[in-house]
Amino acid sequence: MCRRPPGLDGCRKGKQTAMGWTVPQSLEAEIDALVARYPVKRSASLMVLHALQRHFGWLSQQAIEWTAQKLGLQPIHIYELVTFYPMFRQEPVGRWQIKVCRTLSCWLAGSHELHRRLCERLGLDPHRQGPQTTADGRFTVEFVECLACCHTAPVVMINDDLWERVSLEQVESWLTRPEQLAASAPAQAS
Amino acid sequence: MPAEYRLILKHALEPGYTPDLACYLRHGGYETLRKGLTLPPRTLPDGRSLSPQEQIREEVVKSGLRGRGGAGFPCGLKWSFVDRRSGKPIYLICNADESEPGTFKDRQIIYRDPHQLLEGMILACFANDVHLGFIYIRGEFTEGARILERALAEARDHGLLGKNILGTGYDLDILVHRGAGAYICGEETGLIESLEGKRPYPRIKPPYFPAVLGLYLCPTIVNNVETLCNIKHIVAMGGSEFAKIGTPNNTGTRLVSLSGHVRRPGCYEIETGKVTLGELIFDPAFGGGLREGRQLQAVIPGGVSAKVFRAGERVSLRRRGLDGKEVVEERDVLDLPYDFDTLIAAGSMSGSGAVIVIDDSVSMVDVLANISAFFAHESCGQCTPCREGSLWMAKILKRLASGRGRPRDAEDLLHIADNIPGGRTICAFGDACSWPVQSTVSKFKEQFLARGAEGEPYRKVAQPAATSVARLSGTGGGAHPAASALASSVSTAS
Repeated sequence: MCRRPPGLDGCRKGKQTAMGWTVPQSLEAEIDALVARYPVKRSASLMVLHALQRHFGWLSQQAIEWTAQKLGLQPIHIYELVTFYPMFRQEPVGRWQIKVCRTLSCWLAGSHELHRRLCERLGLDPHRQGPQTTADGRFTVEFVECLACCHTAPVVMINDDLWERVSLEQVESWLTRPEQLAASAPAQAS
Repeated sequence: MPAEYRLILKHALEPGYTPDLACYLRHGGYETLRKGLTLPPRTLPDGRSLSPQEQIREEVVKSGLRGRGGAGFPCGLKWSFVDRRSGKPIYLICNADESEPGTFKDRQIIYRDPHQLLEGMILACFANDVHLGFIYIRGEFTEGARILERALAEARDHGLLGKNILGTGYDLDILVHRGAGAYICGEETGLIESLEGKRPYPRIKPPYFPAVLGLYLCPTIVNNVETLCNIKHIVAMGGSEFAKIGTPNNTGTRLVSLSGHVRRPGCYEIETGKVTLGELIFDPAFGGGLREGRQLQAVIPGGVSAKVFRAGERVSLRRRGLDGKEVVEERDVLDLPYDFDTLIAAGSMSGSGAVIVIDDSVSMVDVLANISAFFAHESCGQCTPCREGSLWMAKILKRLASGRGRPRDAEDLLHIADNIPGGRTICAFGDACSWPVQSTVSKFKEQFLARGAEGEPYRKVAQPAATSVARLSGTGGGAHPAASALASSVSTAS
């Protein structure tokens, strides 16, 4: 229950195989093209991390080291980004990553009830901070800050898709028939 | 009758309007770009000749356009600070981070009419001799980034971007760069750091004024999405025509993001200063009033960092009359025209144009607890007053909101909030996180004092029972308040 001390140790969370972590050729080509766009290589770091996270679902220590090497940086330069920016993950996430907006307009429209219902139905702790994944690895639920769509509050993002004016019934429908969400799943979830 | 005035959203909200280039061209798109790029040099009476770039910059100054991102800084003036003699490349960044809670106006432009943004941005780049521009878009706009990438590819294919644009010899490329969910990236120097591939720690000014030492320590312009769209309209109609829209010193239109407890939340475009805050909330053309049986309690006029207004509050405005004398005028907050200057004079700001309406169904303690939790999460952690202060305020408010308040909480909150802003931090985040606390606690003090008096005094318990979450969340007869305080502090620390 204690806060993990900062350090590269934090990257070793989650399951991963030390051997055989490779970036497929097509992805590497895509990343090379991304890097080439910038006048300074380091500028590409967020975009490279997005591309890796899109493919692997999260950013392992190997992903961090690989990115650093690609951009000619020390791993700490990448690690400090992964720990700062809320969108980057250091652990595997569920097949469906559910981000519920917790900020003012969505709260006024009942997003906290949505979050509680989601957590209770999935056996997660609604009071815990940070993303939580179900034991079966299907769902990750997380409270996030404003998603910039306050007129259709409450809003929820599931993988890349934004759902607006979400009701408790909608939540039930996701959980009973998650296949309706499949179209928005990342290319390769872990 | 107050009504919408659609300049930027003129076509975007029409049924059947699509974000592709063909549709934009059908609606007269990129004609202004052609006009701007091929302006003939103009000779001044003193024999000096003005290049097309200088002419556009002059028109922007004439238009009185003020930045739409939050600070409302005159755009022409910002451009005039750019160091053009350094010999270094000049960069232009479109700030599409749109992270101020309550704001969703840039989303409307990016998702519905991306080419309008590109046209404005290409003109702005041309006017400032920029050859590489960036659109820094917030990470959560995944689809928005794809739409922009598509629009950029279409523009490149049609010779509107890339080498030798429209045969004029002007080269420009624009890249889409995605953020990753940090509010502070909306601060322009934080954004620049982020674009350099670092943590978005805002830079100290001086010396790091972006106009001189910006991206890669080169002169850089950072403009909001809505500001750049306005550039297109300024070039199309001329600066002085543009200045006729709105009110003096508050020219053009504003996209108002209306949300919260109104019947018709949405994005409305108004002539700046021609519609009042009350009309925005109650007029059928805009918010359409509150829900049945509810009373207005508070209005946040410009995103959560703006100071809150209490319903029924009267503010004194100092204005200079036609005869040059200063007159003090008292007005109800709902009668304040929605513009930059009046709201600042009234002690708040129009910020990013986000109006959040709060009715009497919620407690302002809970509202502030929600806002402060946001700031505590988003402080970048560089400056001590902000890093520690935002967290302290959020902690006190969390405790207060969950029924474990203390009588002196209101006082403590004000004391902390008074010691963060006013130049004690590198960027304006310190001000942004204290303003809502200062205004809400002082204007709704009775609610804070009542909550503070309600809470049981904090006592240490010898045996913190292994309180389960179910017991914590259960109401009535549940855990002892002090025990739950302990349990929840343990659970949040994990």
